[in-house]
Amino acid sequence: MASLGIDVLFKGTNFIRLLQGLWVSVEISLISVALSIVLGLLIGVLMTVDNKPLKAILKIYLETVRIMPQMVLLFIVYFGTTRVFGWDMSAESSAIFVFTFWGTAEMGDLVRGSIKSIPKIQFESAFALGMDKIQTYFYIILPQTIRRLIPLSINLITRMIKTTSLVMMIGIVEVLKVGQQIIEANRKTSPNAAFGVFAVVFLLYFVVCWPISRLATYLEKRWA
Amino acid sequence: MSELLKVTHLHKEFGTNVVLKDINLSVKKGEVVVIIGPSGCGKSTFLRCLNGLEDIQGGVITVDGLPVEAGKRDITKLRQKIGMVFQSYELFPHMTVLENIILAPTKVQRRQKDDAVREALELLDKVGLVDKKDYYPRQLSGGQKQRVAIVRALLMHPEVILFDEVTAALDPEMVHEVLETMIALAKSGSTMLIVTHEMAFAKAVADRIIFIDKGDIVEETEDVKGFFAEPETDRAKKFLKTFAYE
Repeated sequence: MASLGIDVLFKGTNFIRLLQGLWVSVEISLISVALSIVLGLLIGVLMTVDNKPLKAILKIYLETVRIMPQMVLLFIVYFGTTRVFGWDMSAESSAIFVFTFWGTAEMGDLVRGSIKSIPKIQFESAFALGMDKIQTYFYIILPQTIRRLIPLSINLITRMIKTTSLVMMIGIVEVLKVGQQIIEANRKTSPNAAFGVFAVVFLLYFVVCWPISRLATYLEKRWA
Repeated sequence: MSELLKVTHLHKEFGTNVVLKDINLSVKKGEVVVIIGPSGCGKSTFLRCLNGLEDIQGGVITVDGLPVEAGKRDITKLRQKIGMVFQSYELFPHMTVLENIILAPTKVQRRQKDDAVREALELLDKVGLVDKKDYYPRQLSGGQKQRVAIVRALLMHPEVILFDEVTAALDPEMVHEVLETMIALAKSGSTMLIVTHEMAFAKAVADRIIFIDKGDIVEETEDVKGFFAEPETDRAKKFLKTFAYE
């Protein structure tokens, strides 16, 4: 059997570099996911408010994000806006901006759906106890929303992590890019490296996403 | 006795559908008023109007002399005077029994937590559920949930408590434990407005019976035994007949 090409990873600091690349991916994902959850909760609550103009604006926002490929958004923000508006935004900041812009919209829609799925009489029960709207949301509705959200948002979070592979297109050296560099550099000595290196990258994504998915299952059981 | 709740010319409609035509009612402190009537007659809507869960299209509702107006800012203050227990219990599923009970007293009325917990445990003990204080609602039976919901309403020290068909969703053998709790409450001098389909219970607990049909009070009497033996109006007669078997 031909070499699987995994050996290149043990040359020099190759594996460490790959892990560093992974950290770049994880870092961008973590910051974007955290921001998306916080902002998504806010947007989601706003989406349930009975106000036509507000609803229209949020609808346009959500549909824009859904229709536009993330890569196009990345290009617009990093190559487009930085020139047009003349601001200085690093590739990492652009990536975090785009992923948060995307994550907030989708998270907001999940939050909206979860709030809508809570029976109206739960609100009334809280009102009947003399709670105002803010207290009702804070103590009654949002805690239940978050429990319903967990399984739904895990899907979004893992999708966001996987999609960070696109950020190499705006010059960020993340795990996939490092993998490519290693393969390129060893093309002569290990022509089969593509298989081994990408297989390891695949495993690394799995290692990051799997615990999140397990955590979701655990929380779902605990809160059922 | 002083007048606690007063309803004058209450009119309520959903769009073109008139639910309550012209309801007048006055309830004294300590009185237990039982409201009966066929399904869809507007009795539940009437209760919901009383604590501002429904807006009204005409008339005035006052509690302790203060007007109840849905959507107004002070409605939250008024609602603290008006407890409500729902048919489907509506405990908060993410909180334990004790957390459910002390939430509003500590967060809305800003009572000391120790104080609220102490009183909550006393009341839970009275309804025989003190050992369930750390359970989640999903671990309780319907009857237990409903008793917790009653305790939750009581801990706010309301002036009047509204009961909206609180046994309608319960298995027959659980109806009894909930009704016992309510009879004990009535005996302790609570002011209560009760919507129910349990006629034997109505007879036992009521100081006054209100019979509503098609959005109007058709018959109102303090002669509770007399009403169940021989109501004055034909509509009430017809309604009571539906509970009898020959």
